[in-house]
Amino acid sequence: MKPNLSWKKIKGWSLFLPVVALLLVMMVNIVYDAVNGNNPLSFFVITLQQTTSNGTILYGRIIDILNRGSEAAILAIGMTLVVSSSAGTDISVGSVMSLCASFCCMLLAGYGVSSTTTLAVPLIVGVLGGLLMGAVCGMFNGTLVAYFRIQPMVATLILFSAARAIGLLLCNDLIVYVRNPSYAAFGAFMGIFPTPFVITAICVAITMVILKKSALGMYIQSVGINDKASRIAGLNSKRIIFLTYVICGLFAGIAGIVNSSRITSADSNNIGLYLEMDAILAVALGGNSLGGGKFNLAGSIIGAYTIQAITTTLYALGVSAAQAPVFKAVIVILIVAIQSEPVRNFFKKQSAAKHVKGVA
Amino acid sequence: MKNGKVRLNGHTILLLITIALFVVLYASGCIVYGSKGFTHLQTFCNILITNAGLICVACGLTCVMLTAGIDISVGALIAMDCMMLAVGMQKGIGAVPMIILVLIVGVVFGAFQGYLVGYLGIQPFIVTMAGMFFCRGMTAVICTDQVSITEKINPTFYKWANTKVVIPFGGYVNNKGKYLAPYVRPGVIVALLVLVVIFIMLRNTKFGRSLYAVGGNAQSATMMGLNVKMIRMKAHILSSVLCSIGGICYCLNTMAGSVSQATGLEMDAISSAVIGGTLLTGGVGNVFGTFFGVLINGTISSIVKTNGKLASSWPNILTAALLFVFIVIQSAFAAIRERSKK
Repeated sequence: MKPNLSWKKIKGWSLFLPVVALLLVMMVNIVYDAVNGNNPLSFFVITLQQTTSNGTILYGRIIDILNRGSEAAILAIGMTLVVSSSAGTDISVGSVMSLCASFCCMLLAGYGVSSTTTLAVPLIVGVLGGLLMGAVCGMFNGTLVAYFRIQPMVATLILFSAARAIGLLLCNDLIVYVRNPSYAAFGAFMGIFPTPFVITAICVAITMVILKKSALGMYIQSVGINDKASRIAGLNSKRIIFLTYVICGLFAGIAGIVNSSRITSADSNNIGLYLEMDAILAVALGGNSLGGGKFNLAGSIIGAYTIQAITTTLYALGVSAAQAPVFKAVIVILIVAIQSEPVRNFFKKQSAAKHVKGVA
Repeated sequence: MKNGKVRLNGHTILLLITIALFVVLYASGCIVYGSKGFTHLQTFCNILITNAGLICVACGLTCVMLTAGIDISVGALIAMDCMMLAVGMQKGIGAVPMIILVLIVGVVFGAFQGYLVGYLGIQPFIVTMAGMFFCRGMTAVICTDQVSITEKINPTFYKWANTKVVIPFGGYVNNKGKYLAPYVRPGVIVALLVLVVIFIMLRNTKFGRSLYAVGGNAQSATMMGLNVKMIRMKAHILSSVLCSIGGICYCLNTMAGSVSQATGLEMDAISSAVIGGTLLTGGVGNVFGTFFGVLINGTISSIVKTNGKLASSWPNILTAALLFVFIVIQSAFAAIRERSKK
């Protein structure tokens, strides 16, 4: 009986799903390397490497995943809160990312300039402008969802289709290049660590501290579980839902600036394309219910990096970028199908039947 | 609807606003760009030709939205349909077998999505998002290049695409003194047929009425003895099949298959349905309004195109602004209704 009990404990652990998924991805990598005659553990090897542009940096597949998965991880923080409080998803984050990046680059380069090496305004103004734009977008979504009581997916659909277009308009239909080392710093390396990863870590740390030290985390969950009961208990449900959308927009702004800094330009059509799907997938993969309520931030972050690990692995296996979505789709369906009520009931019945047999 | 009088409630007002908006938009287009040929009947026909696929898709989507669901896989499914048609014809398969194959794929795909939504109870948004990923990826698996259908590859399909269905009135004489009669393509005829059939189905058949019942209140529908799960699944099958028909119309218009085709079409279709008065909470709406939603979208892009100086992103922004206005009006009506109930 004892091993059964501990297995149950493991299964009940909140990070069970994301960790298992991550382990599975690692297994695939190990097997693939072993079959091809490489060092089976080459997935985990991290070395120091000299580069001409960034000096000495850490190098390895894990570092690459941590670096490239940063945007999705940053988005996943905000998305987790939004899903928890309003039982809906913010599908505009990818477009808002693009808008924030465009606005930031437009401020830095000046309107109508397509390529610049000198900054028109101090760097901090541009970055704060981008972040402010993200917060404004979040406020727009939040107002519609919290105060107009519109379904989250529909409310965010407006910015989903408009934000990218507004960004393009701000950039005068051009791709604005800001080829300045101070702007490129957000997407480069800080010491030996990739800066995007450092930014993600800071974002996660701040959010975690705020959620743990103040009652905000509990408020968000209680609104998500039952907003009417929370209101009767004295919480301002609407304001809390509104706040989660503003936070989500702000994080979209951060992710947008990181992404545009990586390519030192504001490519409105491609920044954050399909990234909202990755963020939602990260939340689901992190073991969070998309129906709102309790959330697990660590799970979402691990989920985001797992998705990046899956993407990197698929590329390593020779799947092209355009074909990779097929696998993502299969993974999403498997996860949500396992979480669904009828399937869970089916497994419960099975294990109950087994239990009865064992007793008899 | 007693005594043949149309009841003027919130929904009919919304529909009237939509129709009025279309008339105003089109009339202002005629006044401002009359010299650029906006007044010709052909401009209207061109809107229909470009949006024939969208009309079919939006009709299917309206049916799903009536059951309080959503289907965002339609754009990707269209891309997959077009790619299948293009590659299949390049391999030498005839037009008719390929069309039947595309329709079968639509049924299977819809049934799968519908099963997940109806029987496993997964959120439709998540299921169809996965469906969107799947179709987009499969398009790339079939072929990553742009494949065009030329006369050499399939003369039958080419002939269909270039058939002009001439309208006997509304023509004009161009500056070279030649009479030009307005025309539409066969895709438009298909789309209008779909529209009429779905309109009648929603009004007069048991299945059509049950879609409204499920969307209005799934619990009461169950108590009335309706098989809610089955109806949800059927709605998704209907949506995917109509989307496949739309894909064929779309392909007749573009004559090519490529991975990035029809990106964002699902959002056009959703906004058309919402502008046309379909409630996203289900239970209210009809395809007649959706048709006008599509026309409004088409008129906006047509005006921007005729102007020629406006940035290409304006249609997107304007459609989103319209969507915003209509969603807020809907929510206001819902609030008023709730208050009057109390």
